[in-house]
Amino acid sequence: MKDGIRKATRHVNQNEGLIFEKSSAGKAAWKLPPLDVPEADASALLGAAERKDLGNMPEVSEIEIIRHFTRLSTWNYAIDLGMYPLGSCTMKYNPRVNEAVARVEGIANGHPYQPEKISQGALRILKTLSEALIEITGMDAITLQPAAGAHGEMTGLLMVRAYHHSQGRPRKKVLIPDSAHGTNPATAAMVDYAVENLKSNAQGMVDIGALAAQMNEDVAALMLTNPNTLGVFEQEIHKIADILHAKGGLLYMDGANMNALVGKVRPGDFGVDLMHLNLHKTFSTPHGGGGPGSGPVAIKKKLEPFLPKPVLVTKSDGTLGFEYDRPQSVGRVRAFYGNFGMFVRALAYIQANGPDGLRQTTEDAVLNANYIRKGLEGTYDLPYSTPTMHEVVFSDKLQAKKGVRTMDIAKRLIDYGFHPYTTAFPLIVPGALMIEPTESESKEEMDLFVEAMKSIAEEVVEDPQTVLDAPHSTRVSRLDETAAARKPILRWKPGT
Amino acid sequence: MRYLPKSPADREAMLKAIGARSIDDLFAPIPAEYRLNRDLAIPRQMAESEIVDYFRERSLENGEGYKNFLGAGAYLHYRPVIIDSLISRGEFLTAYTPYQAEISQGTLQSIFEFQTMICELTGMEVANASMYDGSTAAAEAVMMAVRLTGRRSVVVSRSLHPEYREVLATYATHQGMPLSVASFGDDGRLNVKEIEKSITQDTACVLIQSPNFFGTIENVAAIAEIAHKAGAMLVVSIAEAVSLGIVEPPRQADIIAMEAQSFGVPMGFGGPYCGVIATREKFVRQMPGRLVGQTVDTKGRRGFVLTLATREQHIRREKATSNICTNQALVALMVNIFMTVYGKVGLKELAKQNLAKTAYAAAQFAKHGTVLFSGAPRFNEFVVETSEDPYAINSRLLGHKIIGGLPLRKFYPELGNAVLWCCTELTTRSAIDAAVGLVAESERSVGSAKEEADIEEVTR
Repeated sequence: MKDGIRKATRHVNQNEGLIFEKSSAGKAAWKLPPLDVPEADASALLGAAERKDLGNMPEVSEIEIIRHFTRLSTWNYAIDLGMYPLGSCTMKYNPRVNEAVARVEGIANGHPYQPEKISQGALRILKTLSEALIEITGMDAITLQPAAGAHGEMTGLLMVRAYHHSQGRPRKKVLIPDSAHGTNPATAAMVDYAVENLKSNAQGMVDIGALAAQMNEDVAALMLTNPNTLGVFEQEIHKIADILHAKGGLLYMDGANMNALVGKVRPGDFGVDLMHLNLHKTFSTPHGGGGPGSGPVAIKKKLEPFLPKPVLVTKSDGTLGFEYDRPQSVGRVRAFYGNFGMFVRALAYIQANGPDGLRQTTEDAVLNANYIRKGLEGTYDLPYSTPTMHEVVFSDKLQAKKGVRTMDIAKRLIDYGFHPYTTAFPLIVPGALMIEPTESESKEEMDLFVEAMKSIAEEVVEDPQTVLDAPHSTRVSRLDETAAARKPILRWKPGT
Repeated sequence: MRYLPKSPADREAMLKAIGARSIDDLFAPIPAEYRLNRDLAIPRQMAESEIVDYFRERSLENGEGYKNFLGAGAYLHYRPVIIDSLISRGEFLTAYTPYQAEISQGTLQSIFEFQTMICELTGMEVANASMYDGSTAAAEAVMMAVRLTGRRSVVVSRSLHPEYREVLATYATHQGMPLSVASFGDDGRLNVKEIEKSITQDTACVLIQSPNFFGTIENVAAIAEIAHKAGAMLVVSIAEAVSLGIVEPPRQADIIAMEAQSFGVPMGFGGPYCGVIATREKFVRQMPGRLVGQTVDTKGRRGFVLTLATREQHIRREKATSNICTNQALVALMVNIFMTVYGKVGLKELAKQNLAKTAYAAAQFAKHGTVLFSGAPRFNEFVVETSEDPYAINSRLLGHKIIGGLPLRKFYPELGNAVLWCCTELTTRSAIDAAVGLVAESERSVGSAKEEADIEEVTR
């Protein structure tokens, strides 16, 4: 096994069982104030609906809870610990001022149905963020309601459907490149569109000839990620848009990779009709172990009548309010107004950056990805030599000769103190290593990453078993996922 | 820019290493005619202190310091301090979906505990790692029932949160799922006879909420029987999770779609919240969303992984059970910590306090207005009908820094001047008395105005 891992050193971490295993009757972490009204007789009030027993809910003290979750937390890798180059996920720094302002009393505790008169603060935040996102994307209007990127995709396709319906030409299918995120086809299915696969060309871009051949009046839209999942900007984007528009189709942009474009180019200027943004990617709201996200959808004017309800409007007296009377709206996609707490964070991020900061951020993200590409080219196979934007995709072709695959290299990277890149995606690259450093990495951190990846490549040649058995330094070694799926244990039960 | 860890010299060195003359070289793939050659027209870069000031000002414009009697799907409960201490740990806050199990055991184990506690509280056998919120969870639960039964139509209760109904309608439109609505009776509960009439051989499920939008607890057993007899499923939405401390869970349901916001999640003007779907083990392969399962590592040690991923979009693409990817993990962690803090005894005591405050408030209001739906048990919400226009009453209450209940006319025109009030453990007796006093005053002034009008009529 190679020594000289520079970034990480093993250290003791605490063992911790399940919280249920610490529970015993009579321990408590709560205290309610004395009741200032008469006690209620639950059985008289509820009758048969009264619940007598809460089963195996835990009984533990406060210090045990603090230690429990603190111990668990130390078993996680996180951006706060180091580079998290999970391609497509944009694991950038999550500024702490965002967290502070989201917790200010009137913002954290506003009720969604409180009168508009005393909601002007929240509505102003919605308005200011909306205006900034419209400017950043070059679009005409926006809805903040969708709760995540995939939810935004659904909202977008609902608007596409409503648009075509209003044109009197309902259409049947959506074109999706073979390099797309899995959410794109899953979303199209939810909105009852047939999915038609669009092959990429040798440069990893949309094959213009194929698109022209496949485009007809049954096609409602093309769902395009730009830069695509190879980190490649679709250079012929104007031709793509023209081909779609000529036959009445719409260009939907999956904005998952918008962090490569902010302040440098605007999708609204290159022919996009509608797009979603992921506030938890480009706009720094925390990923939180898998969410919450937020997936606003920005649109061109012609789609405005179809926005989900309600729509934020400025009233004649200058105050802000919601408009519910929208006869052509696709309806509601979520209760209330969306993941408001994420809007607060995203706006704080935009304010902290300003136009110059956002541009520099984009430039640094692209600079970092290219720096890593340069550092690893030759060591790992680069299936597409097309210029890289914010992420770079290698393949495990060279290492596979030794029986080592992308997942093995990823697991070994853990021993070197890094979170792995995205493995086995996009699907058009067999054995993909999808690396997205984001702008948040310093040169030193990336030098360590390149060094680690090179070192692993050497190990693959000299001692492949070490890589195949990795990780070696974690609390648990590789886990048996097959057993987990074959006989699922999805909850704790007493006596197990 | 203070979030960017590079000096100009670093950037120079990196460009040189890449072999680029300037940063513009790296953006050459973008056709020149589309490149933005100006600053974005957005607010200038602000100092941290300015950002904090900006949001404090917005907070002051946003009902800060008002007493609140609104519920209707968003509830003000006390949030134990340790929730924010723990979720602020960077290892939870700044991690992503636990794809790499070996370095995500903290998130994975906490989700496993979350799934377990949701099962304990709902009486179900499996629960997922979270959905966006209660409304989308309900819509996805209905789609799950459609897949499981092979039937297509849905009977929806009119006492389900009106916005949940709207969301379901949006989801159902393009999936060929006809919806029919069953209304409620004089006791605020779903009209069982009407459900019986609405169910057909094509009914995939009946969707109800309990406690329902009016706070009334539905007769779940009776509705389940009707649904099951017709071969349909029962999906129950729970919007007020604290009710589970003292209200029997809908164990007869096939799928429960929950909103767990009440468990330690700030009201936050409507989100982010935490939806969850819980169901029977035999239905798990049609469940949407992420699931964590227990397994062992190569040395036989217990560990946790994301499992049954073949249901999900990144594997199944257009054949997935849902398109959901990012969920509400950090919010689910808040919920998890809240459930752990209150636990077996605390949740019950907490729910009892909600019950007591509400019983007191409803009794006080009954002296001056009509409390509707009083024939059936309720949890922490109740409906009061007044003679005066509820918006006028609320406007008077606002002047005393009290946010009154939700006027129901917007969603239920047939309920006229009825208002949905909510009390939780945080509602003080003095606030209740103050609100009741102001409503009584309004009613008296309406009464005397009416009397004067009557007298005028007589004398004319």
